[in-house]
Amino acid sequence: MITLERRPQPSRFWTYAAPPVAVIITMIAGGLLFAALGKNPVEAIRTIFWDPLFGQFASFSRPQLLVKAAPLILIAIGLSFGFRAGIWNIGAEGQYIIGAICGAAVALAVYPDGVRWVVFPLMVLAGMAGGMVWAMIPALLRVRFNTNEILVSLMLVYVAEKILAAMALGLLRSPDGMGFPGSRNLKQIGYAANPELVAGTGMHWGVVAALVAVIFATVIFARHQFGFNVRLAGASPRAAKFAGVNPTALILICMGVSGGLAGAAGLFEVAGPSGQITIDFNVGYGFTAIIVAFLGRLNPIGILLAGLLMALTYIGGEVAQLTLQLPAAAIQLFQGMLLFFLLMVDVLTNFKLKFGNRRTA
Amino acid sequence: MTRATLLELSGLTKAYPGVVANRDVSFAIRAGEIHALLGENGAGKSTLVKTIYGLVKPDTGTMTLNGAGYAPADPRAARAAGVGMVFQHFSLFDALSVAENITLGMENPPRMADLSARIREVSQAYGLPLDPARIVGDLSAGERQRVEIIRCLLQDPKLLIMDEPTSVLTPQEVDILFATLRLLASEGTAILYISHKLEEIRALCEHATILRLGQVVGTCDPRDTSARDMAEMMVGTTLHVPTRAAGTPGPVVLALNGVSVAAPHQFGTALRSISVGVRAGEVLGIGGVAGNGQDELLAALSGEVRTAPAMVQLDGTPIGHLSPNQRRALGLAAAPEDRNGHAAAPDMSLTENALLTGSAQPGLTASGFINWGRVQDLAGSIITAFDVRTPGPHSAARSLSGGNLQKFVIGREIVKKPKVLIINQPTWGVDASAAAAIRQAILDLATGGAAVIVISQDLDELMEVSDRFAALNAGRLSEPRPTAGLTIDQIGLMLGGAHDMEVVHDHA
Repeated sequence: MITLERRPQPSRFWTYAAPPVAVIITMIAGGLLFAALGKNPVEAIRTIFWDPLFGQFASFSRPQLLVKAAPLILIAIGLSFGFRAGIWNIGAEGQYIIGAICGAAVALAVYPDGVRWVVFPLMVLAGMAGGMVWAMIPALLRVRFNTNEILVSLMLVYVAEKILAAMALGLLRSPDGMGFPGSRNLKQIGYAANPELVAGTGMHWGVVAALVAVIFATVIFARHQFGFNVRLAGASPRAAKFAGVNPTALILICMGVSGGLAGAAGLFEVAGPSGQITIDFNVGYGFTAIIVAFLGRLNPIGILLAGLLMALTYIGGEVAQLTLQLPAAAIQLFQGMLLFFLLMVDVLTNFKLKFGNRRTA
Repeated sequence: MTRATLLELSGLTKAYPGVVANRDVSFAIRAGEIHALLGENGAGKSTLVKTIYGLVKPDTGTMTLNGAGYAPADPRAARAAGVGMVFQHFSLFDALSVAENITLGMENPPRMADLSARIREVSQAYGLPLDPARIVGDLSAGERQRVEIIRCLLQDPKLLIMDEPTSVLTPQEVDILFATLRLLASEGTAILYISHKLEEIRALCEHATILRLGQVVGTCDPRDTSARDMAEMMVGTTLHVPTRAAGTPGPVVLALNGVSVAAPHQFGTALRSISVGVRAGEVLGIGGVAGNGQDELLAALSGEVRTAPAMVQLDGTPIGHLSPNQRRALGLAAAPEDRNGHAAAPDMSLTENALLTGSAQPGLTASGFINWGRVQDLAGSIITAFDVRTPGPHSAARSLSGGNLQKFVIGREIVKKPKVLIINQPTWGVDASAAAAIRQAILDLATGGAAVIVISQDLDELMEVSDRFAALNAGRLSEPRPTAGLTIDQIGLMLGGAHDMEVVHDHA
């Protein structure tokens, strides 16, 4: 019989070892899954984790790593503020969409005569503001009426998707698009584009923003009173109240930060890699970022690494779909396994496994 | 007396990683005996009673019950063998009735009507009036304890273990409980009684076994051993009694003017127009049975709950509307009762917990940025000054024993040298020598000119530290009276001990 025994202190070793161990278990379980689908498991795992970086066509896929990791990291950093405080914003996907719409709207409003150093920063601010406003809806409802922010923020994702469709078909539709849904391509508008900054690296302003966010969050959590208050509220809400943390302000700020960063991620995406507002603009970064946040232990550096890893499974998954004809669902399952196994191994941080009978009758 | 031996323990040893909780413990309990188990925190009392109740399996050693081998696999087996236990912390559901709560613990619950009749019968027979239909959330702590006791009595136990049963009772309720226990003993039930309150043990028990560091260090007959002698056997050294220099109280520093606060939740207590002033250099003791507004009063003073500005005044300045940190900046410090999750965050380090109430202190933060080096020094100085037993400031708060964490959270407030200090249950669960140290620190703070409010359920403690005494009853505070000259009976009446005190001991 296996029993769990609570550790007096969280294990330092498992705090750091849990993510790599979870990755290894995922590889093994994923390998079994791929084997069951009739694929060579070693080849499948290599295709997902190795080929995108060092394989034959790595020069195409390598820049994609930063392109895909940047929004994940940016959103996950924002979410980590709320998650650490016990505030569950599940609707980053919606905030990402609204951010993209608001930012793109600024660019398109001044078309075709924008001045880059005025318009592009304005777009970023509009993107952040859009995401923030969308996040304020569940935040204010929680503060005012004690509604459940998990449900409200999640539901607002579907509302945002409807607004996105309406925008792509209506207000923001390109007049030169010959009736096709979708906005003008921002990449082709000089003052509004979010281009690759260094050729062949995938580096764009969103990547810069993500790195700045990582550094900023690291400093806030390690050194600043606000980061301490966030951690305290998550660890022990009553102690936080006793310490003088205002729960209402904390909810509003944490939701605002996560919404703002998700909105910024949406803007960088719509002005760069994606280029235009389309009906299917969003690809689930807002949801995957939840996995990234937890895989990274809600720690900024951890989130950076987890974001890169998750981006790798996206790219590797696409490669595997093409070369090995693995079904897309198998890749999603693989990503899900990663979170599942992390949460499983995570138990060891606070608990010790004991084998054998605890008591003999 | 030649009563038969009921339970015999021989050579019980139980080790946990890093600590031997019980080492070769042997003693016997006779039928019909009220047997005290004494010892400081961490002496191994709870491990020992958990062993008897089947919650812990000893590494070595044996037990016999009525001459037969006894090794309960779990509490169910212990109950079946006739061993019952009333824990210090009740395991009752607030929203269910008394009878429903009792049903939950039963193997084959009888019909509710039959059970209610049995509850009435047993509660009458033992002088513990209790209505089976009442909702537990509405009961006083003393009545809740009756539920637990009756739950045990319904199983006709041969041995009843009671862990700190009087910590939640008024003096009158204690009398009723003792009468019940004596009645049970006279019918042949053995009682193993654990308490820190030595005078109670002298009044009730006829035999005592004393544990120190997991070992039996002595036995005595409490009826003819002084409390001080027993305490010194427990501690192993001479006991320090807190003392203070006499002084004249200064002007009123903290004034409460009709503090009224609605109950924070369904089973909370509303504060009703509490008015009192505390002078510089004075300790005001507030007694009362748990659940009469202690937590709510502390919250209103610490700033967790805001009131109208003028309801709370510090040096004549209204502060009722200020936040906890604004009040700390003005020199008001508070320490709530529940150290795990209220006064301290269990999963955070002691350093981080030092910052928990330290944000307003100069030097620890600069424009929001934390100087962790200084915070760690602060944590280190609290650990040294209050003899907190821990590997160091990096340890998680939850890794400390209750008494040590208590020393830390009280010390954290006292080292700030506040103008006003409010403490709820300063020595709850703290052993005798540490309790003496904490009380001494409180008295020293008052001697230095601070106004101190000590809220406690331990009347001996309040008698020892306070200059004036007031009782909190159903959210109302009685008129404070000088402690000197107050008798326990007077205090009992102040506590409103008269409520549901109809004594049914006519046949006892």
